[in-house]
Amino acid sequence: MSIESLRVQSWPGSYEPAAKPRVGFFTDTSVCIGCKACEVACKEWNRVPEDGLKFTGDSYDNTGGLGADTWRHVAFIEQQLPLGLDEGAPLVTQAARAELDTVPVHKDAGLRWLMSADVCKHCTEAACLDVCPTGSLFRTEYGTVVVQEDICNGCGYCIPACPFGVLDQRKDDGRAWKCTLCYDRLKDDQEPACAKACPTDSIQFGELDELRHQADERLRVLKHGGVAEARLYGRDDQDGVGGFGAFFLLLDEPEVYGLPPDPRVCTRDLGETWKAAAAAAAVLVGTVLATFAGHRP
Amino acid sequence: MSATQTSPTHSYYGRAILKEPVWTWEIPAYFFTGGLAGASATLGLMADVTGNKPLARSAWTAALAGVSVSPVFLISDLGRPERFLNMLRVFKITSPMSVGSWILSAAGGAFTASFARVRLQRLTRIGAAGGALGGAVLGPALSTYTAVLVADTAIPAWHEARRQLPFVFAGSSMAAAGAAACILTPVANAGPARRVAVAGATLEGVASQVMERHLGTLGRPYHEEAAGRFSLAAKSLTVAGAAVITRFGRRRLGAATGGLLLLGGSMCERFAVYHAGIQSARDPQATVGPQRARTATATPANAPLTAG
Amino acid sequence: MGTSFGRGGATTFQQDLQNSDCIVIMGSNMAENHPVGFQWPMEAKRRGAKLIHIDPRFSRTSAVSDLHVPIRAGSDIAFLGGVINYILERGRWFEEYVKAYTNAATIIGEEFRDTEDLDGLFSGWDADTSSYNTSTWQYEGFATTAAAGQREEGASLGEQAHGAHSGELNGGAPPSVDPTLTNPRCVFQLLRKHYARYTPEFVAQVCGVPPELFEQVAEALCENSGRERTSAFVYSVGWTQHSVGVQYIRAAAIVQLLLGNMGRPGGGIMALRGHASIQGSTDIPTLYNILPGYLPMPHPVVHPSLAAYVEAMTPEAGFWGHADAYATSLLKAWWGEQATEENDYCFDYLPRITGDHSHYTTVADMIEGKVEGYFVMGENPVVGSANARMQRLGLAKLKWLVVRDFVEIETAAFWRDSVEIEAGEVRPEEIDTEVFLMPAAAHTEKDGTFTNTQRLLQWHHKAIEPPGDARSELWFMYHLGQRVREKLAASADPKDRPILELTWDYPTEGRHDDPSAEAVLAEINGCGPDGQPLSGYTDLKADGSTSCGCWIYCGCFAEGVNQTARRKPGSEQSWVAPEWGWAWPMNRRIIYNRASADPEGNPWSERKRYVWWDAEKAKWTGHDVPDFKVDMPPDYVPDDDATAEDALRGDAPFIMQADGRGWLFVPSGLTDGPLPTHYEPVESPFPNLLYERDANPAAQRLWNSENPYHPSHGHPGTDVFPYVAMTYRLTEHHTAGGMSRTLPYLAELQPEFFCEVSPELAAERELEHAGWATIVTARGAVEARVMVTSRLRPLVVHGRPVHQVGLPYHWGRLGYSKGDSANELLGIAMDSNVHISEYKVSTCDIRPGRRPRGRELRKLVEAYRTRAGIG
Ligand SMILES: Nc1nc2c(c(=O)[nH]1)N[C@H]1C(S)=C(S)[C@@H](COP(=O)(O)OP(=O)(O)OC[C@H]3O[C@@H](n4cnc5c(=O)[nH]c(N)nc54)[C@H](O)[C@@H]3O)O[C@H]1N2
Ligand SMILES: Nc1nc2c(c(=O)[nH]1)N[C@H]1C(S)=C(S)[C@@H](COP(=O)(O)OP(=O)(O)OC[C@H]3O[C@@H](n4cnc5c(=O)[nH]c(N)nc54)[C@H](O)[C@@H]3O)O[C@H]1N2
Ligand code: SF4
Ligand code: SF4
Ligand code: SF4
Ligand code: SF4
Ligand code: SF4
Ligand SMILES: [Mo]
Repeated sequence: MSIESLRVQSWPGSYEPAAKPRVGFFTDTSVCIGCKACEVACKEWNRVPEDGLKFTGDSYDNTGGLGADTWRHVAFIEQQLPLGLDEGAPLVTQAARAELDTVPVHKDAGLRWLMSADVCKHCTEAACLDVCPTGSLFRTEYGTVVVQEDICNGCGYCIPACPFGVLDQRKDDGRAWKCTLCYDRLKDDQEPACAKACPTDSIQFGELDELRHQADERLRVLKHGGVAEARLYGRDDQDGVGGFGAFFLLLDEPEVYGLPPDPRVCTRDLGETWKAAAAAAAVLVGTVLATFAGHRP
Repeated sequence: MSATQTSPTHSYYGRAILKEPVWTWEIPAYFFTGGLAGASATLGLMADVTGNKPLARSAWTAALAGVSVSPVFLISDLGRPERFLNMLRVFKITSPMSVGSWILSAAGGAFTASFARVRLQRLTRIGAAGGALGGAVLGPALSTYTAVLVADTAIPAWHEARRQLPFVFAGSSMAAAGAAACILTPVANAGPARRVAVAGATLEGVASQVMERHLGTLGRPYHEEAAGRFSLAAKSLTVAGAAVITRFGRRRLGAATGGLLLLGGSMCERFAVYHAGIQSARDPQATVGPQRARTATATPANAPLTAG
Repeated sequence: MGTSFGRGGATTFQQDLQNSDCIVIMGSNMAENHPVGFQWPMEAKRRGAKLIHIDPRFSRTSAVSDLHVPIRAGSDIAFLGGVINYILERGRWFEEYVKAYTNAATIIGEEFRDTEDLDGLFSGWDADTSSYNTSTWQYEGFATTAAAGQREEGASLGEQAHGAHSGELNGGAPPSVDPTLTNPRCVFQLLRKHYARYTPEFVAQVCGVPPELFEQVAEALCENSGRERTSAFVYSVGWTQHSVGVQYIRAAAIVQLLLGNMGRPGGGIMALRGHASIQGSTDIPTLYNILPGYLPMPHPVVHPSLAAYVEAMTPEAGFWGHADAYATSLLKAWWGEQATEENDYCFDYLPRITGDHSHYTTVADMIEGKVEGYFVMGENPVVGSANARMQRLGLAKLKWLVVRDFVEIETAAFWRDSVEIEAGEVRPEEIDTEVFLMPAAAHTEKDGTFTNTQRLLQWHHKAIEPPGDARSELWFMYHLGQRVREKLAASADPKDRPILELTWDYPTEGRHDDPSAEAVLAEINGCGPDGQPLSGYTDLKADGSTSCGCWIYCGCFAEGVNQTARRKPGSEQSWVAPEWGWAWPMNRRIIYNRASADPEGNPWSERKRYVWWDAEKAKWTGHDVPDFKVDMPPDYVPDDDATAEDALRGDAPFIMQADGRGWLFVPSGLTDGPLPTHYEPVESPFPNLLYERDANPAAQRLWNSENPYHPSHGHPGTDVFPYVAMTYRLTEHHTAGGMSRTLPYLAELQPEFFCEVSPELAAERELEHAGWATIVTARGAVEARVMVTSRLRPLVVHGRPVHQVGLPYHWGRLGYSKGDSANELLGIAMDSNVHISEYKVSTCDIRPGRRPRGRELRKLVEAYRTRAGIG
């Protein structure tokens, strides 16, 4: 039996019949107006501490990124990309160019301002959950991934394990914190605070299957409207983490938004790593054995 | 400088995609002491079996010493003792740390028993069992699982080295164990220890070379900043130590000097790996690069660019 | 708005924007400042509408618009005039609509002279008073009303501009019209002539908008207007905060009338207001010069008696024809039993207007020691008002100051913490003003209504008790009144009668004796002789049998039910959602909606069906409450002795106007001209391409040594302040910051005061991105972090590049996130109709590095003044 098959796929399995349909987010960044209501609503509802008054100069983003004290983060990207074909132009330019001569929206001399509200992806195959030694990170009956503060021992393993850099340690208490997909609200049939606050429905909450259909439809409409650079990110359950519970519609390469282009859950390679370790251990034993060979006192 | 990008960029204001490990210096220190303890156990078992009592005694002493300080390091990183015990509430095969905490605890017991037997002639039966299990299984596991622990993360310099790291750690552990034994054992009985030390040093050196070559650009951290300095120190100390042991190992002073150099080398190796991870996490291109390379050759279904 | 259509207020509601085929957002940053309402433009976009944002900066609104048009701040009339010219010259106007529903055919008196004739002046200019006598702007064959000049709108801040009353006009439908629109003196031809020079090239020269881009906008508007399609305009203070602010809106009104977009779904002009109930604060004014329902404040000379007062504001036709009923009912509401026919319903108890007592004039008076005490409730002028230094110098001359707020805002702390004190100019000991800081209850801590940007009254219930000593305004005012009345109880002095006889008897509740807010709302709604609540202003009588605290709000408490508290979910009613809250007038959501049907009363098109004439039932019907006499047939023609609405034709949709028409040309009601004309801002690096006169001649300047103006084009020293400065808001903060800089979750999102500059300007002045810059004017100097961004860009105006410096104005010296205030920089120059200051444009200089501290700061400003030759 391979390690992969042992990985915690506790949903819906272990919940039957208590399992609920899997829920998540479809964040359509093409209609985000960067109002940050989601960021604030999240902090208000979850009593996440304020984390610093720093002017970054990175457009209107003074938050920086997701972390222990930021569970929704709105990214701002200002671009004024050169026109004209240059050989082997990186995908970013190609995207920008495609958009420049098709969509009127960015006719402002190629100027565009991308905004996107990032959040924990609630991965189908969640590295954070796999590596958590205490079982603090668990999969809820809604198929979401949540940290239980009372069990977390601050070992910090989940932090480098997450391929998106979502989790981080709260310095004062040493424990790891992240989006809970408003587990408490889900339990009283309330939509998550961030989705509730979003005025433009950029954050759409719902059952994952439905969200995926809506997303496909939205992508079709956009492409039809000439927004060539629109693409879904994390919608595909064949990807490196088995699909995101919270996926996105982006208007540029993921890395431009600070997202990994093709994330892969580290525990997929855990089997071969253990094998390598076993081999190394054997070499160790063998070598030590050898050093005694023919040296009877 | 301006808030507006005027040329294509592949990162978000150069910010890291991944989060750096929050582990403090105690963790690489533990990698070292754990490795030292593990390999010493194996050495001790063999010495015991082959009737080399002095070597057995010193090896098991090193094993016990190593396995006893390890939890201290871990707990000081976690903050509170109960936080370590928290990990023994579950056993998770997918979490090398969970597996590791069990290995460490078991090793703790086994090594103590074996030490009691060879040193204090107590608990002879359990001691023998502990010695056998500890030396043959737990020891080797203890000295290599920590490689799995770091490799099982998203950090490129660690994850992409998952096949080489265990060998680096195994070598480093042997070098340390041999070294410790050289220091603690009368030179007459330290023959095997010297050979283990030199063999370990060799394995460590070769494996890390292979690893760096395999990592290619992802291996850059090993030549920069803290990781670079520790890596250089590790190499020089190890080479020097091995040379001194081979050349002057049969003299007390030579054995001691060589031993200390090797211990230092082994310790530095773990710190080099630790810092390489941190530096690698900081660099967004280290994360994007390999993934882009993957998507370039990937089937459309997996390429985010055209996904959906 | 009022002068063009009859009522001061948005002509439509935000939800209706979803029906637009083209939305032009100009002078507003809707996505950032009205994010929740912005879901409707986004919905329209989803349905295929074109979204156009015309703004000097590329903002979060531009980011999601189909087209962003960068324009030079202060040049909108040139742009809109260009659109008017485009429509007229290319015959793109909605002929049937224009002929039937506007005053295009009306002929103007022959004494009228246009700016084109008098080089930038209309006829009637009086150089001594530098104001207009508007008599020559009248329709041919009409006498003018004396009130016209006096009837002035006042405003303390950026708000009230949106609410202008209707223009006056005597004598019903205009006698002389020319249906062929060929008479050179008919409004249509006057328009033609007035805007003939506003060509695309002219627009490019003045606004810095390339002709192709301009034509793209003009064409989009024309394509998306007519029977089948409608376009909407959205504006806010990006338009009102100019020395010609009201005329910006007038220009849009002309465009919308020519294109036939008024009173129709997906059309109209959406005025976005600011503070949660700022519309309310003009409907039931916090202003010195109007009474509830936009009734003018009586004038001592012009209005000796109620009769004279009513006469002066009553045209022979239109709903203002019932002004007598509105006024009498108001007096009855205030003085109840005491108000009798014999004593003119206590008309003499009303205060009389004695001059301009608007915000900035009052501040100047303070400095001259003419003001003893000052109440500041729900305002933070030291940060929020132009020329912050003047504000503080004024406050320092008061005997006493009452500030009611949640925290100690800059206005309350001016005596211990200010730029002057930091600079060692004044010491706290030297300020004698006695400051009373009183804790206020927030809207969550008290019952009451908000009247939002679309005339919608929404009730808010007290959710929690206010903390500690915090009390509501209602509590404060009521109990203050009680105490004053107790003190005066014994007085025989007739001047105390008005206070003692006031109906001041609201039931109180709770442990703090909070007056019942519902009782107040009921009084505003008014009641009949039987004491029963009235159901609408058509019930109001002039015989003293009805009372009503604000005629336009009559009906908000119909059947004794608090209509404003209705919260039927949108999903359970039509998209118009008539059962959510209550909108004035008469719960109408789109006003002048008679115009959504053609003269015969049929919808212009199926697609744009809204309100129409139902021949069988012989009444107007549709999705909304018809804004028309419900049983007046489309073909109704009044006979000569008819009055008020009965004197209007069945095809005259603008029922508040004396002639029932939309006014392309405004014969009276405005102080600075019947037609919008391009003038340069008071401070501008450029001359006026059209006329020898650069700025609006009628603009109201405030002559005070603390309020020096920069030399403008042509005069020496102009180059000392070479850049255009503009101020605006950020989503993350609220106005003067008392409600956002004090909150960690908001403060962390925009932690520091910053300025936005183009890479080109940064290079020219060696400004470092994320570093510091100092911005200087003749009023003051502030330091800000630098945001170098291509979202701002130099525009080519008059053939040379001009740089604009963007300044969010939220910061002040207190709170969690602190910073210099943009208002230290601004001078005061006002629109003469509404006294709103030109917050949006001035000139400035910018230099790298932080500003000097201590006395050096003033020295720097002085140095600039000297260089610019300012005494
Ligand atoms: N988050 C948030 N929302 C708010 C407020 C807040 O402080 N914060 N304030 C509320 C209040 S009180 C009000 S009044 C409203 C105001 O709402 P807005 O009018 O949208 O507010 P501003 O940002 O001051 O100005 C709008 C735009 O006018 C542009 N502008 C400046 N000069 C000119 C010009 O000459 N022509 C044109 N076409 N555009 C120009 C500015 O670049 C700015 O983008 O917002 C209300 N809503
Ligand atoms: N440079 C520049 N200046 C401007 C503008 C601009 O665009 N540029 N915009 C202008 C405009 S449109 C406006 S509206 C003004 C706004 O300027 P201000 O009105 O002076 O500023 P605010 O911060 O809105 O002040 C409102 C205060 O009322 C308090 N408050 C809130 N609710 C209550 C309540 O229920 N009771 C009491 N007693 N207090 C309450 C808040 O805490 C806050 O301190 O700024 C104007 N000034
Ligand atoms: S995104 Fe990171 S933190 Fe969120 S579930 Fe996936 S692995 Fe865990
Ligand atoms: S830090 Fe907490 S949640 Fe993260 S792995 Fe360790 S125990 Fe689990
Ligand atoms: S789901 Fe809840 S916890 Fe997660 S980001 Fe939204 S508000 Fe925050
Ligand atoms: S609330 Fe919605 S629109 Fe506003 S920033 Fe968040 S995702 Fe974007
Ligand atoms: S603050 Fe209030 S008024 Fe302003 S957008 Fe949000 S909900 Fe609307
Ligand atoms: Mo406002």
